[in-house]
Amino acid sequence: MNIVSGNRLLVRICLFAALIATFGLLPRLDIPIAAGVPVTAQTLGVMLCGLLLGARSGALAVLLFLLVVLLGMPLLAGGRGGLGVLASPTAGFLIGWIPGAYVTGLIGGPTAQTSADRTILFMRAMTGALAGGVLTVYAFGIPWLAWTSGMSLKAAMLAAMTFVPGDLIKVFLAATLVVYFNQSRTKGSSA
Amino acid sequence: MTGLYHYPPTWLHKLPAGFKLFMLAILSALALHIESAIYLTATLAFACLFFLVLGAKVFRRLLLLKPLWPIIAAVFFAQWYIGGLPAGIASVARLALMILLADLVTMSTPMQALMDAISWLLKPLRHTGLDFMRLSFCIALVIRLVPLLLETWQKHAEAWRARTGRRANWRIIAPFISNVLRIADHMGDSLDARGYGMQSSAASLERQR
Repeated sequence: MNIVSGNRLLVRICLFAALIATFGLLPRLDIPIAAGVPVTAQTLGVMLCGLLLGARSGALAVLLFLLVVLLGMPLLAGGRGGLGVLASPTAGFLIGWIPGAYVTGLIGGPTAQTSADRTILFMRAMTGALAGGVLTVYAFGIPWLAWTSGMSLKAAMLAAMTFVPGDLIKVFLAATLVVYFNQSRTKGSSA
Repeated sequence: MTGLYHYPPTWLHKLPAGFKLFMLAILSALALHIESAIYLTATLAFACLFFLVLGAKVFRRLLLLKPLWPIIAAVFFAQWYIGGLPAGIASVARLALMILLADLVTMSTPMQALMDAISWLLKPLRHTGLDFMRLSFCIALVIRLVPLLLETWQKHAEAWRARTGRRANWRIIAPFISNVLRIADHMGDSLDARGYGMQSSAASLERQR
């Protein structure tokens, strides 16, 4: 993805905030290998924020999305929104999305997508999405879950494990998309 | 999209947003400190009653808790296992209470009033370069973009279906994102053409020199 600035960047940040919302509202995405696994595509949006917008803008987009949710828009998966979101035990995961997008962008963002080799591009993007979109998010979400629900850290970690298969699929998907966008750029038909 | 705001207005709508946010902060902090299952359950019952007093339509908002059932059940059994039945009841009552209190603010305060209250809270940050007008613009843009994106997704899904005869799947994500990026860049250029944020872009040009 080409790097932009000014009003184009401003609109792109808003676009990715809206994209996270859209991914939550879609009637279930069909991902063949994920049959039966609970997958909300919203974290895919968070990963893409970091991977396609970069660390700072990506984190800003997530922050903007969360702000709109807290102001009362029912844009979280399942139609949740409003200030009550902060009181729910899973709020830590949502807070973790902000540093999550940042870390994803640091490792796999546009500034790291310099290689023309597809495998290197894919691996970089995958590492970024894994470190940011999964590990960082869990690092905030699991202690918060343990703290608010009174579970032990270990139990909270086990509860979060249900989402790991789905998250791994999203990491894979996000990295594939990065390779796709870089290819379409080098072919001259930039998005 | 009007979100979770409730119409027609009740008497709760007439209170100033800042006051409601302040009360919410105090009551939530109090709820975190009460340990007694009896007090918490009583307060929760009182909160539910409060919803009922505001009208039958408002009372139906209690259904908002529905998507949270699995996690509420998990918290209940975890606390029951660790601290006994009263602890389980207390933590679930506290959770529901805090969510319902927050929802009272969300349902009775127009977005603009909430934003004004937040802008007052963020005033000290103003000299760090936070531009509140621009933030308001972004929030409005996000709210406008969501239905636009859903519509665009629908078009891609239909096109996929027409050509393959199968349901849309993850394969349309890439062309979908390409398409919406194109739309976004058009919007950015339109803003340029209308001189939005000219001062700051002039300043950034200055910096580049």
